[in-house]
Amino acid sequence: MTESETIGFVRAEGERTVVFAGDYLNKLSGESIERECRERIALGCREIVVNFSNTEIVNSIGISILLGVIDSASGSGAKVVFSELNPHTIELFEMLGITKHVDIRD
Amino acid sequence: MRTPDVRQIAEERTKLIHTFGALAELGHEVSHKQSFQDTVRTSVHLLLGSLAIMRGGVARFSPYAHELNMIAARGLGEEFPLSLSLCAEDERQFQACGLYPIEAEQARVLPFFQIYDASLERSKVVLAVPLVLRDELLGAVFLGEKASGEPYTSYDKEIICAMSRHIGVAIAQRNMLAELERRANENRKLYDDLRTTYTDTVKAFAAAIDRKDKYTEGHSVRVGKYSELIAAELGWSEDEIEGAAVSGYLHDIGKITIERKLINAPYRINAKESVELSKHPGVGYDILRPIHHPYEGVPLAAKYHHERLDGRGYPDGLYDREIPYIAKIVNLADSFDAMTTDRPYRRRRPAKDVFEDLQRNTGKQFAPEVVDALFRGILNELQGGSKEKPYRKLLGREYMESEGLSGTLRNALNGSAGIAPLAIAAFD
Repeated sequence: MTESETIGFVRAEGERTVVFAGDYLNKLSGESIERECRERIALGCREIVVNFSNTEIVNSIGISILLGVIDSASGSGAKVVFSELNPHTIELFEMLGITKHVDIRD
Repeated sequence: MRTPDVRQIAEERTKLIHTFGALAELGHEVSHKQSFQDTVRTSVHLLLGSLAIMRGGVARFSPYAHELNMIAARGLGEEFPLSLSLCAEDERQFQACGLYPIEAEQARVLPFFQIYDASLERSKVVLAVPLVLRDELLGAVFLGEKASGEPYTSYDKEIICAMSRHIGVAIAQRNMLAELERRANENRKLYDDLRTTYTDTVKAFAAAIDRKDKYTEGHSVRVGKYSELIAAELGWSEDEIEGAAVSGYLHDIGKITIERKLINAPYRINAKESVELSKHPGVGYDILRPIHHPYEGVPLAAKYHHERLDGRGYPDGLYDREIPYIAKIVNLADSFDAMTTDRPYRRRRPAKDVFEDLQRNTGKQFAPEVVDALFRGILNELQGGSKEKPYRKLLGREYMESEGLSGTLRNALNGSAGIAPLAIAAFD
C-alpha cells in the first residue's frame, strides 16, 4: 500500500499540509483528519491540500468532515485545496456549493 | 454536449442519491447503534453533510428544567450556550411547528429568539427545527447556512424534516430507556425496602419467640445464623442463604401458642407435656403458610425441623428424602444450638462431646452433607480461613479453643473417627 492509499495520511510540507482522503472517509478516520488539520492550522499551516486520488465516493459524513476542515481553515485565513478529484465527486461538490470555498487542482 | 435539461436531471439525480444515502445511513444508525452519544454525533454529520450545511447541532429537551441541552454540535463555536431555556410560549410554538424548520430571521417575535438572538447570530444559525414526535417536544436541531450560500428550498426543508424525525426517534428511544432505568431503580429500591422491612419483622418475631423462654434467649437468632452459615458452606445462592437464615429465625414461631410455664420448665418435661410441646412445628407451619415469603421453604422448615432421617422424628415421621432440605439444615442448627448452650436442667455440653455426638447421629438424625458443611465451616474458621469468625461470636472464644477440637473435626471430615452406637442428640 502506498502512502497515498492510506486513509487519513497527513504529510506536512512547510506551510502546506497534504491530507490523503483514502478510499472511504468515515466518521472515525474523518474526525481524526479534521483534528490533525486543525492542529496544523494552529501551528501556522497556510494551505491544506486534500488529495482524493484514491477516493471513489464521498458520502454525507465525508462532506461534513470536509466542511469542518474548510471552516477551521477559513477561520484562520488558511486556504483549502482539493486535488485529483474524479468527475463524479467534482459534480457533487459543485452541486453542494463546496467548490465555492476551495481551490480545485488536478 | 449536454442540454441544460439533461444537466439539470443529472444534477438532481446526484442530489437525490446523495441525500437518500444520508437518510438511509441515518435510519440505520438510529436503529442499530448502541451508544446514544455516538448516534447523535453521527446524525449531526449526516444531516450537515446531506445538504452541505456549514454548522449545526442537536439539543435534547428537558421537560423538568424547560431547557434545551446541547448534545452534539459542529462549528457552532465554543460560545454557543450549552443550555437554552424555553418559556411556555416557546414550547407551545415549537410544538405547533412539529418538525418543520423555523427561520430564525422570521421568528424574532418568540421570546427564545429574542433572548438568544446574539448567540444564534454569532454562530450563524439560520434554522431551528423543533423535534416533536407524537405531540411531545423532544429537542431541537440548530442549523447554519448552506455551503452554497443559497437559501433553504422547500425541498431542503423536507429533507431536514425527514432527517430530524430520525434524530427525534433516537432521542425518544433514549428517553424511554432512561425512564425504564429510572423505574427499574425505583422498583429495586422499593424491593430493597420491602426486604429490609420483612427481615426486620422476621428478626422482631424471632426476638419475641426467644423472649418467651428465658433459658433459650437468643436461640432463634442463633439458629438463623447457623442455618445461614451452613447454607453458605453448601454453596447456596445469596437468596437461598437469606432464606435459610429466615427459616432459622422463624423455626420455633409455633411456640408462641405454647404455655410459657411449659417452655420455661426447669426440668425434663413429662410425656403429656411433651405431646403439647410437639405441636409447635404444625402450629408454626399454620402461622407461616399464609404469608407470601420472598424465599422458599420457610413454612416447611418450621413444620419439619424435628424430623429425622431415620423416620423417628415428628410431626409426620418422614424419612430422609421426604424431608425438605431446608428443614434438615434448620434441624442441625437447632440441635447444635441446644447442645452448645445452657438449659434449665443442664449445662452446655463440651465441644468435643457435641461434635462426636453429631457425628454419631449423622445418617440417623442429621443429613451427612449438612453435618459436613457445619464441620467444614468451623474447621475452616479454626484454621484462620475466616476473618469475621462468626462461629467464635456465636460459641465464644473459650469454646472454640477447646482442646482437640480441630482434630475431632478433621477426623470426622476424613471419616476416620470411630462410630459409636446410636445416641440421640438433644432436641431443643
